[in-house]
Amino acid sequence: MSPPLEHDYIGLSELPPAAAVPGTGEEGALNLKETELRLGLPGSESPSRKDKVGLTLELLPKSFASGSKRGYSDAIDGAGKWGLSAGEGGSEVDLGKGGGLFSPRGEKAAAGGGQLPGQGNAGREPAVNAAGQERKAAAPVRGSVAHDRVMAPAAKAQVVGWPPIRSYRKNTMAINPSKIKDDDDGKQGIGCLYVKVSMDGAPYLRKVDLKTCNNYKELSSSLEKMFSCFTLGQCGSHGIPCKDGLSESRLTDLLNGSEYVVTYEDKDGDWMLVGDVPWEMFTDSCRRLRIMKGSDAIGLAPRAMEKCKNKN
Amino acid sequence: MTYFPEEVVEHIFDFLGSHRDRNTVSTVCKAWYQVERLSRQNVFVGNCYAIRPERVMARFPRMKSLSVKGKPHFADFNLVPYDWGGYALPWIEAAARSCAGLEELRLKRMVVTDDGLELLARSFPNFKSLVLVSCDGFSTDGLAAIATYCRGLRELDLQENEVDDHGRQWLNCFPDSCTSLISLNFACLKGEVNTGSLERLVARSPNLRSLKLNRAISVESLNKILARAPHLVDLGTGSFTVDHRAEAYHRLMNSFPKCKSLRSLSGFWDASPRCLKALYPVCINLTVLNLSYAPAIPGDDLIKLICHCFKLQKLWVLDCIGDKGLAVVASTCKELQELRVFPSDIYGAGNTSVTEEGLVAVSSGCPKLNSVLYFCYQMTNSALIAVAKNCPHFIRFRLCILDPGKPDPLTNLPLDEGFGAIVRSCKNLRRLSLSGLLTDQVFLYIGMHAKCLEMLSIAFAGNSDKGMIYVLDGCKNLRKLEIRDCPFGDGALLKDVAKYETMRSLWMSSCEVTLGGCKALAAKMPRLNVEIINESDDFEESKENLVDVHKVEKIYVYRSVAGPRNDAPEFVWTL
Repeated sequence: MSPPLEHDYIGLSELPPAAAVPGTGEEGALNLKETELRLGLPGSESPSRKDKVGLTLELLPKSFASGSKRGYSDAIDGAGKWGLSAGEGGSEVDLGKGGGLFSPRGEKAAAGGGQLPGQGNAGREPAVNAAGQERKAAAPVRGSVAHDRVMAPAAKAQVVGWPPIRSYRKNTMAINPSKIKDDDDGKQGIGCLYVKVSMDGAPYLRKVDLKTCNNYKELSSSLEKMFSCFTLGQCGSHGIPCKDGLSESRLTDLLNGSEYVVTYEDKDGDWMLVGDVPWEMFTDSCRRLRIMKGSDAIGLAPRAMEKCKNKN
Repeated sequence: MTYFPEEVVEHIFDFLGSHRDRNTVSTVCKAWYQVERLSRQNVFVGNCYAIRPERVMARFPRMKSLSVKGKPHFADFNLVPYDWGGYALPWIEAAARSCAGLEELRLKRMVVTDDGLELLARSFPNFKSLVLVSCDGFSTDGLAAIATYCRGLRELDLQENEVDDHGRQWLNCFPDSCTSLISLNFACLKGEVNTGSLERLVARSPNLRSLKLNRAISVESLNKILARAPHLVDLGTGSFTVDHRAEAYHRLMNSFPKCKSLRSLSGFWDASPRCLKALYPVCINLTVLNLSYAPAIPGDDLIKLICHCFKLQKLWVLDCIGDKGLAVVASTCKELQELRVFPSDIYGAGNTSVTEEGLVAVSSGCPKLNSVLYFCYQMTNSALIAVAKNCPHFIRFRLCILDPGKPDPLTNLPLDEGFGAIVRSCKNLRRLSLSGLLTDQVFLYIGMHAKCLEMLSIAFAGNSDKGMIYVLDGCKNLRKLEIRDCPFGDGALLKDVAKYETMRSLWMSSCEVTLGGCKALAAKMPRLNVEIINESDDFEESKENLVDVHKVEKIYVYRSVAGPRNDAPEFVWTL
């Protein structure tokens, strides 16, 4: 049994599915290509495999090493309670559930022992093609499936008509504010806190659940994953340096020093710079987020500065 | 039997409840056809384009109740473009001309206009009941016309329609002389109504048994309404949230005990856990409970409510109920027949708390369970096999695993065996929706065992044409087949073209069917309408350029005696 490959995101493979899911098909090739979930806005041509790979590569920063991986997975683990009773592997395997809509093919590939795209699959095949026990061997690499889940929110939004819920219901639930709280009891009505996120220049808005993040850093990485497809090529290329001694409270490191700044609208309707107040205070008062161009954010600086002064 | 006088034959036909039976007897001989058609009062048209309205009116001149369905089912999920069709006006006009005795009209997934509603209101002096389900195209002005002109209206039931809000005055249009209302459902309206008018309307409607309020109705109003209508059987609660320190809250607590007839509850748009406590006195008699629009109620509070609902037959909830809550349902609701669990977190990262365990628990604890709609993030074969064993009486089984193509997480296998167990065990299964990772094998099982199946919904499943062919071959009673994102192509489509005339409709989108295949189908079967939906902007130009090998994005095939429809928009191409 070969050791699990080290990888930091799901492997999209050209591997024939028979190898990915041993023992299932009558035929060698299950031809899952037909059923593979294709990313893309409705009406657009389904992107080629390469494109998809390109997209996912960028979604996760290269620095997504084991340490931070576990951090995010803790966030998910805490939120859900799926127990993979197969009892294999560590906590990563427990994360092999949930919203990974991104690519069923990717999942299968990962479950079978995912590959880095573009790399030779031959090395992996023999291992996976062995007897049913191989499934157990493959299990530890299922941890990579956790990364499927990480990307789930981005992909999920793009499949037309899925999940099959009547649009009436979808629209009604969208209006149901996640901010309903039973204030008097002091307990949250629901376990999630979705706020809209808009980004200047992006064609559509997203929603992020503030409850899945425990601090600004996690929020930063969530936002980055959601919107990196729009900033592709701009990351790190240039950025308005935001010194003024406030750089640690700004989230310009959000997008690797690009020219974007994250702001939020608070309960009073004011637009504030993200990062000034403690995390809990932020989630309590945040109504929506906006990623704006740094050049537009100049006007916010004075307010942030005042806050800073008041704090000190 | 032809030597019996017609009145006797007619009387015998009265005992035939279903449309199908009446359709069948009408084919026996001409005499019976005549007797049947002149005595039929309830007419059901499953596809508004299968037959022209005039023909229906001509055949059934004594029609009192008409039921028509329009758009294909997948229109619910935005897969059918907005102005595809399904217009109600031709039906209303034809009825106005030929069947003035019409008393009831029920429309589903159709485009209804204000003009149509006004024509309806003015044309039928005995009109009693209007039911609109998942329709759109009209506004509160149309409702005003109904309220104004339908003397003796008994039922106005608006279920999940998209209604434009043109103001609150429509409710005021019910004249003071209108005292006949039995059922009023305006839960889907977004705007406010004049609550004073509403209270007066309720007060002068002694027969009112079903009232479903919309979200704009506050608890204060609800209290007043309940005080005036203690005989309500079916209530949609309105927003159902109020500060617990307010007087309205205390009045709410005392409002429900008086409603001894209450059996069915829904609404709860903004309901808070505190307000749910008001319901404890009536829980014990409830047979229907719909909490599926109440995301602010956590699982524990749902449990506190449900643990008193011993007589519950139908339960719709959000998945915040959790496996734990479903276990409580299993141990409490022994009369349960229908369960629907909807996802509360559609766009999230899988933060749901129902899994296969919840479904297994309910199947095990509720012996009368026959209809399930279940959204979850995972399902296992062993769970499905257990469910199949526990519940051989399923009529409807719809499972939606929110990740398309997701395998059994324990074994990593497809869910073929699980669904196979379901169709093998549930011999009376009429409706089935599949999800998860599925190969052609599951379709082999379905073809072999699902002999009563009438409606099948497939998404992201199968490997080859064989899958679809198994289904078409084996399911003798299949009426509606809807498929999306599956690898079925021309081979499957053309294998048994005569089959489609035995069905109401076939929908295929994002499959492997080509233009050439569709053309072949249309050529072989002139009594089928083969409609291609192509939403790309340059469709008109590309029509000439389209080669037969091009794949078509969406096809909708249905049998029809009306020929190609004349109201098709430009993106619909009937071959």
